[in-house]
Amino acid sequence: MKKILTSLALLGLVAAGTWMSSAGAIAAEEQNPAAPTHFPINEPKEMSWSFAGPFGTYDKAQLQRGLKVYKEVCSACHSMNLVAFRTLEGLGYSEAQIKTLAAEYTIHDGPNDAGDMFDRPGKPSDHFPAPFPNEQAAASANGGAAPPDMSLLAKARGVERGFPRFIFDIFTQYAQGGPDYIHSLLTGYDQTPPAGMVIPEGTHYNPYFLSGVSLKMPKPLSDGQVTYDDGSPQTVDQYARDVSAFLMFAAEPHLEDRKKTGFRVMIFLLLFGALVYMTKRRVWADVAH
Amino acid sequence: MSEGHSTYTPKTGIERWFDARMPLPRLIYDSFVAYPVPRNLNYMWTFGGILSIMLVAQILTGIVLAMHYTSDTTLAFDSVEKIMRDVNSGWLLRYLHSNGASFFFVAVYIHIFRGLFYGSYKAPRELLWILGCIIYLLMMATGFMGYVLPWGQMSFWGATVITGFFSAIPLVGNWIQELLLGGFAVDNPTLNRFFALHYLLPFMIAGVVVLHIWALHVVGQSNPTGIEVKSKTDTVAFTPYATIKDAFGMIVFLLVFAYFVFYLPNYLGHPDNYTVANPLKTPAHIVPEWYFLPFYAILRAITFNVGPINSKLGGVLCMFGAIAMLFLVPWLDTSKVRSAVYRPWYKLFFWLFVADAILLGWLGSQPAEGSYVFMAQMATLFYFAFFLVIMPVLGLIETPRRLPNSITEAVLEKNKGGSGHPAGATAAPETKG
Repeated sequence: MKKILTSLALLGLVAAGTWMSSAGAIAAEEQNPAAPTHFPINEPKEMSWSFAGPFGTYDKAQLQRGLKVYKEVCSACHSMNLVAFRTLEGLGYSEAQIKTLAAEYTIHDGPNDAGDMFDRPGKPSDHFPAPFPNEQAAASANGGAAPPDMSLLAKARGVERGFPRFIFDIFTQYAQGGPDYIHSLLTGYDQTPPAGMVIPEGTHYNPYFLSGVSLKMPKPLSDGQVTYDDGSPQTVDQYARDVSAFLMFAAEPHLEDRKKTGFRVMIFLLLFGALVYMTKRRVWADVAH
Repeated sequence: MSEGHSTYTPKTGIERWFDARMPLPRLIYDSFVAYPVPRNLNYMWTFGGILSIMLVAQILTGIVLAMHYTSDTTLAFDSVEKIMRDVNSGWLLRYLHSNGASFFFVAVYIHIFRGLFYGSYKAPRELLWILGCIIYLLMMATGFMGYVLPWGQMSFWGATVITGFFSAIPLVGNWIQELLLGGFAVDNPTLNRFFALHYLLPFMIAGVVVLHIWALHVVGQSNPTGIEVKSKTDTVAFTPYATIKDAFGMIVFLLVFAYFVFYLPNYLGHPDNYTVANPLKTPAHIVPEWYFLPFYAILRAITFNVGPINSKLGGVLCMFGAIAMLFLVPWLDTSKVRSAVYRPWYKLFFWLFVADAILLGWLGSQPAEGSYVFMAQMATLFYFAFFLVIMPVLGLIETPRRLPNSITEAVLEKNKGGSGHPAGATAAPETKG
């Protein structure tokens, strides 16, 4: 009887599971390619990132290339308000290099003793200056949509993984939804929309865009646009990978620290747990329970 | 189980000095050393201890976070990012606290389902159960307000949606909503009062936890057989037996918790909360934290009017009703047998209820459209039927299995290998450990 009941309950769970996944599949089938209702149209491509997994670390050369792409391309429109120049030590730069890098920027400061605002070269403690004085200025210069701040973009974007993938993600430690999305979006331009699809004027079709068929941002990267001095390929795909990795660093500068600490904590808990378990066995050895 | 007489004998001079003036060492000894616990408790009984350490951990990390946090709408988001980037180990404190809230709920849900499975709410433990339900309610309020503090998009819009429920209540609804918000919309006064309450409520939880443990120590713990303790052989001393078992349960739980904190710290959160709140830009799908999703699904399942009750009020009533069911459980269950181990039909429906709760949680995360609405309505129907129909009726018509005469008998039967007696089926995984 017990076995029957357990198997019945299990059957119920399996049935519920299939029901859930089939409902998802039906929802997906309902889409008409010319007028999609669920976005993004294409799921982000899963890339392999050096910072993925329990022992992931940032590839410093890649972050430096990504910073170059940000400085030369993205920063024309996108601010990165939360990131200080001193944070870039995580990219492998020395203190002197960071001082030079910060000094390339002009920071609006003040008031001074005379009560005037003034411009001065940047210091390591300064944050990246924003390209526009305020959100309204940013929006009006970019066709009505203010380009989002990039400090947290790699954590603020993510496509829903859906059942049952979100279960597997726990075991594979998939936490790269943000960089995967940014990479796919940046490499997702130049595609022809399906026949009959209406693309609003002033917007650009991109099947990887999270919240519609198209977005205001035109294709930002093209082959050869940024010069790399370490011999890495100067392609849109490589630029997109590098800047996505850099944005992950910008959003989570303590990622390496976190994973390193995590490993020590796990080892400690496993050893401590084993000892406590053996003690528990010993304590309970002569008590039937 | 609190047989009354204390077995504590002060050994040193200082202990005798204290014992004559304020017998705190005696209280600690009687509560955490000599206190008798049933010998057959399994690992499901370690979650009370786990919840205690989670509460302490949340309060400790929370106090330090509050030292660096600013509850002003223009500064809150950046102050949280300052913690993440510049405060020493700030990222660790903040991830411990945000994931700690989730794992607090993981533990409380296991604790509640344990109670439902083994009938822990039955006389004389009704008050113990109700105090637990009050803690759960306080936890929900604390969790909800805490989620608003980082002032991200989901903080703002979640707060807007959830406080909006109150406006559905006739006559006083708008007044309650404005009182909660400190105005007509979620804004600076809302953030400030939520911060104040988020700091206050955990201490109220701690107070009710003291009552919960007090009530527990008066009636004693239930156990997997659901049979009351009858003799001394049925129990073992809290220390070392329960303490070492609880310690092992806690470490395993902390291992899973640490896995999320260090490797998947944002898995249980929503990406939108890394975008600063914008009252002019509504997110595509507003979803609450995962631990509210079953109730959110029930709220949205009511898409129809019933007489004078419109769908909005109906949804709110069902959502609060779903929580109110828990308070009524001691009187809804008519069975004379406590534990589901001896109730084959109740056991089946219990697991269906667990599946139903998980299904509701998943539906709560999906947009309320198409076939999802119908599924949510069916799942809501089963949720209420479980409490209002299955629990009372099953207790009257179900034939329970033969119960052992005592905990000791059950334990000895099980250790014999379960041969002979049909009740040898107590050699079930539920009683192992």
